Amino acid sequence: MSEFKRVGIIQGNEACAVAAIDAGVRFFAGYPITPSTEIAEMLAAELPKVGGRFIQMEDELGSMAALVGASFAGLKPMTATSGPGFSLMQENLGFAAMVEAPCVVVNVQRGGPSTGLPTKASQGDVMQAKWGSHGNYPIIALAPHTVREVYDATVMAVNFAEEYRTPVVLLLDEVIGHMRERVVLPMPEEIKVVNRKKPSEPPEFYKPYKHTEDYIPPMAIFGEGYRFLTTGLFHDEMGFPTSDDNEITKLVKRLHKKIYAHEEKIWRYEEFMTEDAEYLLIAYGSAARAAKEAVLLTRKEGKKVGLLRILTVWPFPAKIVRELANGKKAVLVCELNYGELVGEVERATKGLNVPVFFKGRWDGELLHPFEIRDFIKGV
Amino acid sequence: MAFDRTAHKYLRKNFKMPTIWCSGCGIGIILGSIFKALEDLNMTGDNTVFVGGIGCSSRIPFYVDFDALHTTHGRPIAFATGVKFAKPDLNVVVVAGDGDTAAIGGNHFIHACRRNIDITLIVINNKIYGMTGGQYSPTTKSGEKTTTSPYGHIERSFDISKLAAAAGATYVARSSVYHVTHLDKIIKEAFAHKGMSVVEIMSPCWTTHGRRNRFKTPVEMYKWLKDNMIPLNAWEKLPEDKRAGKIPYGVFVNKKDIPEYCEAYYEHIIKPNLNKKRRDFSEDIEAMKIKLEIKAKEGWHV
Ligand SMILES: Cc1ncc(C[n+]2csc(CCOP(=O)(O)OP(=O)(O)O)c2C)c(N)n1
Ligand code: SF4
Ligand SMILES: [Mg+2]
Repeated sequence: MSEFKRVGIIQGNEACAVAAIDAGVRFFAGYPITPSTEIAEMLAAELPKVGGRFIQMEDELGSMAALVGASFAGLKPMTATSGPGFSLMQENLGFAAMVEAPCVVVNVQRGGPSTGLPTKASQGDVMQAKWGSHGNYPIIALAPHTVREVYDATVMAVNFAEEYRTPVVLLLDEVIGHMRERVVLPMPEEIKVVNRKKPSEPPEFYKPYKHTEDYIPPMAIFGEGYRFLTTGLFHDEMGFPTSDDNEITKLVKRLHKKIYAHEEKIWRYEEFMTEDAEYLLIAYGSAARAAKEAVLLTRKEGKKVGLLRILTVWPFPAKIVRELANGKKAVLVCELNYGELVGEVERATKGLNVPVFFKGRWDGELLHPFEIRDFIKGV
Repeated sequence: MAFDRTAHKYLRKNFKMPTIWCSGCGIGIILGSIFKALEDLNMTGDNTVFVGGIGCSSRIPFYVDFDALHTTHGRPIAFATGVKFAKPDLNVVVVAGDGDTAAIGGNHFIHACRRNIDITLIVINNKIYGMTGGQYSPTTKSGEKTTTSPYGHIERSFDISKLAAAAGATYVARSSVYHVTHLDKIIKEAFAHKGMSVVEIMSPCWTTHGRRNRFKTPVEMYKWLKDNMIPLNAWEKLPEDKRAGKIPYGVFVNKKDIPEYCEAYYEHIIKPNLNKKRRDFSEDIEAMKIKLEIKAKEGWHV
């Protein structure tokens, strides 16, 4: 009997593609863009081997649309893109949130605005991931910091999408996507795969947008006889369009509760040397790598610093941030942007009397651990 | 076939009536023709999905008792591509307006035609943005008055059928809501066609277009269709100088020899690769050990 092990020196983008198939993704629609293209290229070759489907669409507007179509046809869909494409996807990302279509959008972030810096890293799309499409909707977004964690976060993203009937954004960045690290991956049968909840009632009684106790309506699939209507217009439980203020209030609340009532299960984060810390660093994605190193460097010099590394950036783990920030001399947020999640940290720590400082870079270069160390020194 | 019975069979249950369409609008006639074709071809809510964009035309999916996706403006063909490609045994019908198809969704339109994916696109061409109150569309004729061309339109118009044919659709036909028998026939042919089929239907919108362009009633617009639409064989014999202002109708393209996208994907991509070893960085431990032993024997430092 042969025994297989998955070991290799692989790229973040490759880890993402492997994880997608392991988690059950069987549909990919996308449009090539640096630094995300390896994901599409790998899935174009790999998906057919498991009976899955890959299509290169005419643009990202269409890619996102095709994802939602495939989702209602019963497959687990994914796309991968970067800033300019992510902007185009916002239209139907909002649609996916409204019609509650499970799907995963990988955004391998590069410098922006506009065409920006195609080959360099950024964390400039964190706010866009939350607020990118118009109107009120919640989102789940994950920002892994190593190649190995890209694997886990991808599986998690697919599972969250299915469990909560929602689009999920996986926020990689150019460094995490292109960097190679030695990883030991679990075998596919070792991971937990979640499938969307299906209706148990016969079609006559099916309400596609039912206000269930857990806020997640069971999802029927096209061609199974449910004959349901799905629209991006505000709709009632039957999916029929409505402009009734009660119905609208109910739907917007349910869409939010669907995520926020379960947020503690969605939050993933790591505390690094926080037990005795007097100062709290907060970082995510590639910036967290430098932040971790900076904690060690600073501790050598006698200053007690700890790190809260956030994987789930949305819904923002405000409660955790507040608990950890409480009593600290200062909180320092490190991001590869002009200041995005730091605003959430300020909100979360309001009234604690703990000053919040920000160290950012937006020139395509990574934050260096020395930079962060020196920054902490100055606080 | 008693039409009333068919209509009741295919109308979505408990959906708010009357429809949103104005009296005199052609869309209801098209819905009738769709019902007849569904009945004739035994297409049901269990094997067929309707996809619409945004506009008066795109409301058709609301009224049919089928799985239906009412999407975003311009994108229905891209959504439909996702549905069809993910579950190829479904019949997928897209209903969209001229704006949906040829303006904001022009890119999805031509690429779906090029791919020859098995979708039927019913384009309801009223030459106007009906739903938003009568702004010019890519099919508005030069000189016509609309709310955004109050001094007369200066742009030239698209010929949607020609565009579909040039882009590679394998069934392309035009009809009108006046020529209902013909309309019934081509909708049925389009549904039955394997590959991208496009049916362009000239349909008056008196409310936002006709009344601003010297048509006193919707009936006059139907009369205009009767007088100015010419069967394709007659059109082909018509001298060039007599064609101005007239619209040919009929079947422009009907090809059966071009591979359909989903079938081609299955034949050429899935079938030869299915169950092949994934590139997932897995290594057979035994095989790896043997490799290492060979290397050690060869004097490699392993
Ligand atoms: C992205 C976007 N832009 C604009 C609109 C506003 N809008 C709604 S319907 C429509 C035009 C509809 O025209 P057409 O597609 O010809 O359909 P009709 O109503 O004439 O059937 C427009 C511009 C929209 N809904 N979405
Ligand atoms: S506005 Fe025009 S296209 Fe829309 S329903 Fe009325 S007549 Fe029909
Ligand atoms: Mg129109």
